[in-house]
Parts: sequence; C-alpha cells; structure tokens
Amino acid sequence: MLKKLTASVLKAVLLLVTVSIVTFSMVEISPIDAVESYVGEAAVTAEQRAQIEVYWGLDEPPPVRYVKWAANLLRGDMGVSMIYRKPVIDVIAERFQLSLVLMAASWILSGVIGLLLGILMAVYRGSVADKLIRVYCLALESSPAFWIGMLLLLLFSVKLHLLPMGLASPVGVPVAEAALSDRVRHLILPALTLGLTGVSKITLQTGEKMRQVLDSDYAMFARARGESVWRIVFRHGLRNIMLPFITLQLGSVSELFGGSVLAETVFTYPGLGNATVQSALKGDIPLFLGITMFSALFVFGGNLLANILYTVADPRIREEGKK
Amino acid sequence: MNRRIRTITIICLALILIASLTLAGSLMDPEAYAPVFSEKNLGPSATHLFGTDWMGRDMFMRTVKGLSVSIFIGLLASVFSSVMALFLGTFAGIFGGKVSAAFNWVVDLFMGIPHLILLILISILLGKGAKGVAVGVIVTHWCSLGRIVQAEILSLRESHFVHASYRFGHSRVWVALHHVLPHVIPQFIIGMVLMFPHAIMHEASITFLGFGLPAEQPAIGIILSESMKYLTTGMWWLAVYPGVALLLVVVMFEALGSNLRMLLDPYNAQM
Repeated sequence: MLKKLTASVLKAVLLLVTVSIVTFSMVEISPIDAVESYVGEAAVTAEQRAQIEVYWGLDEPPPVRYVKWAANLLRGDMGVSMIYRKPVIDVIAERFQLSLVLMAASWILSGVIGLLLGILMAVYRGSVADKLIRVYCLALESSPAFWIGMLLLLLFSVKLHLLPMGLASPVGVPVAEAALSDRVRHLILPALTLGLTGVSKITLQTGEKMRQVLDSDYAMFARARGESVWRIVFRHGLRNIMLPFITLQLGSVSELFGGSVLAETVFTYPGLGNATVQSALKGDIPLFLGITMFSALFVFGGNLLANILYTVADPRIREEGKK
Repeated sequence: MNRRIRTITIICLALILIASLTLAGSLMDPEAYAPVFSEKNLGPSATHLFGTDWMGRDMFMRTVKGLSVSIFIGLLASVFSSVMALFLGTFAGIFGGKVSAAFNWVVDLFMGIPHLILLILISILLGKGAKGVAVGVIVTHWCSLGRIVQAEILSLRESHFVHASYRFGHSRVWVALHHVLPHVIPQFIIGMVLMFPHAIMHEASITFLGFGLPAEQPAIGIILSESMKYLTTGMWWLAVYPGVALLLVVVMFEALGSNLRMLLDPYNAQM
C-alpha cells in the first residue's frame, strides 16, 4: 500500500513538472506582452522598454528564464503580481482562503444532497419522485454553472431582496473585519451555485449504484428475512456505495475549481477564481502561472486523497497489505 | 409503438429540431435582431417572445442566431475532438505497451489542470477570439473518448474472434476493418454526440468570462454575459429565456446521444 502511494506521489510530481513546462511555454508563445501589461496605459520610449526588459531579465532566452522561475517556484517565490502589486504567493494565499470556504461549502452541499437524492431515487424507483429527480438532474446537467448562478441571483437578490448581490462582505468592509453572519450571507448564493452544479452527477451515480445493491441477492435475502428497505439501505447500501461516492466526490475537485471561477465571476466573490480571470484578462503572467500551478497541485491533491481514502475505506485493499 | 420506433422517432425529432434551428439562425437576416430604439427594454410579449434588450433588439431572434453560432462551434469542436480521440485512441490501442503508457500520460496531464483553466490558457495563447475557443474546446475534450476507444481496442486485440481471424490468415488491415472497426464506430458516434453538450457549455462559459467570441458576435455566451449587467434593473427575461433555450438545445443533444446509444449499442445502454 505504501509502495502504491509513493508511486502515485512520484507520478504526481512528474506530472506537475510537465504542467509547469507546458504552461510556461504556452504563456511564452502567447501574444501577451509582459512589459505592455506592466506599464499599462503609460507611454514608454523604446529605451525605457529595453531597460524594463533587462531589469526583469526578459532579455535572457526562455529556457534560462524557465529554470529561474522553476527554481524560485520551489522556494515558494512565484514573483510579483502586476495587477495587485503584491507577491503572487500572498495573493494566492489570501484569495484561496475565501475560495476554499466556498468550495468546501459547496462540496459538502453537493455531496449531501446528491447522496440523499440518489438514495431516494433508488428506494422509490419508478415513482413520481424518481422521475422528478431525474428531470431535475438532467436540467442541472444541461445548464452552465454561471447561468444557474444568474438565476439564483435574480430570484434571491433582485426579486426577493433576501441575500446580497455579490462580494464576500458588505460594501466598504474588508472581508477580514466582516461579521461572521455577514460573511455567511455572502457565501450562500455562490456556494449554492457551485453545489447545485455538482449534484446531478453524484445523484445519478449513487442512485444507480444503490439500485444495483437493492437488486442484489443479499438485499433480497434481507428483505425475505423481514428487514425494511431503509434498514437495508443503511446496513448494506451505504457501505457499498461509499467507494464510488468517494471517487466521484474527490474526482470532482477539478470541476469544482473550474466552477468556482464561474461562480466567483457571477457574484464578484473576491476569491482565487476571480483572480484567475483578472490575471488572464489583464495579462498578469506571474499570477496566472502561479494560479495554474496551484490549481494543478490542488487537483493532484484531490486525486491523491481519493487514493488514500480508497485504501482506508475498501477492506479488500486494506487487508492486502497485511498479507 | 414499440421501443425501437419510439427511439427512432426521438432521434429524428431531435435532428430536425437542431437542424432547423441552425438553419434558421444562419440564414437569418441581420435586420431581424437589429437595434430598434423605439422598442427598448420591453418585457416578453406576443410580438417579442423573449422581450427586447436595452438597444431594442429582439431577444428571440438574437437567441436563435446566437444558438446557431454556438451549435456550429460546438459541432465543429465535437467532430474534430472525437476524430482526434479516435486517432489517438486507436494508435495507442494498436501499439499498446509504451505508446499506450505515453497516451495515458498525456491524458493525465490534460486532466491534471482544471478544464476551465486549460481553456483560458489556450484562449490567451491564441490571443482570445473565436479561434481560441474553437481550438481550446477541440484539444481539451478528446481525453475521455480517447480512453474509451483505447480500452475497446486493447480488449478487442485479445478477444477470441480476433485471434481466430488471424489464424484464418487474415491480414492486420482486414481484421481491423472487419472486426475492430465495427465495434469502435458505434462508441465513436455516441461519444461524438454526447461530447456536444460539454463543448457548447464550455464555449458558453469561456465566452461568458470574456475569453471567447468577440462581443459583436451574437453567441449565447455573449448574450448571457451582457444580460448580467442588466439583472439588477429587473430585466430578468434577458437572462432567463436565452438560458432556457440553451438548456433545451443541450437536452436535445443528450436525447439524441442516449437514444442513438440504445440503437447502436443496446448492450451497454441497458445498464
């Protein structure tokens, strides 16, 4: 088991290195001009331009710059963000805190709702509830995340005035100083948006798996012994759907990250997703590279965690190591 | 009406609807969604089904036009992407071993970066615009279908009928054409159709974020991102109707895909 984990960590490290090379080269050949996005509207002479290039080391060939960037990256130095005028690592750390809260909330939300709906679908198979849930999942799956966010915004903020339109804290109050209740109020809609988009996949998969369990011979035997459906669900079903559930939920980390970009854009939530869009639109190369690397690390972290949990949760794999 | 006829009917209906929508949009006279400043900000009514926007443009016409643009890009992307998946997957499946490992490595690499970030990356690499979206959607969607094709071919290679066919003295090409292709083609067609919903939604998302199609193009992502600015003024129809229309198109493609699967691949469809 330990050997397997080491192998997957090694693979992840190798993949991360490749990701860093690929993204660096892609940004390198993109038409983004670092100096131009730095000086912005200000007019510079060719001389000043050359000076800036030398100052930043842009006169060196790309491979040399890559090695320098990667070496600094390993030391946790990702350069300075051009739009926020702060070290990239600080921008990421600060914004990731907000995004993490958002992602965690919606992750739990989609997990709980998806599991519940999936079980309901399997238990009341063929009923109106089953069909309604199916239609609901199909609709969720067929609509882009940002549109769901817009609908929620329309309903709860514009029409009902129940929840704030956006941001992570009341206007003029820094997030760190905002009251907890205010922060929660600002979190609800983005988290709901992100959570709802994850629900359909979980629901359909766990529903399918639970159906297989309820159709199995052991479930039939349990029923013949007089156990109720719900008892079978709790005693046999949950254990059997746990593995695919874990894989699916942790495997959704990549979509969660992408979804957070959309949800944060709709609700102008000042998290990492927002910074991603800003950095890419305004040509803030250091920040964008940093975020890309960070997101890849985040996804690999999710996959690794899935692997570990898998070995813990599955007795067949767990016992294998003891032999 | 038996199951088979029902399936075929649904497929035909979906095809007709999608085709007529695309045709209507591409043949539409630009006058139909031109600004009419005397009819600004109207809610939905009989003359303007989806209402009008802040420039007095008819939202129904804009939505149809936008959907046809999006369907076109989505189709283009899913065709190219699935052909890519077919080639790479077949290549990896036929050679197996190291080639297959390299293939899996590339797929892992693509899946290691969040999809949306990858799309943004490709979009800025190509200087935004329509080309960036199209290329981005094409090169990021082949992974899962490619894996399916590869797995299919790897397992076919070891199947009894393929071995038997070799024993009969048939060449590799003959076996590929007669025994492998018939198994892969249905998967390929289904995969291509089911890729479309992803392609069109990613296209809309990336356009919504400002990396995709240019603002003057009436694409569905542009329409929705513009409507964002007018949500607070209570012009809900700008966001709701185009979104519902997009949803219906995606549902139609999903119906098309799953019904095709029932017809072409009945064994796997009855899970």
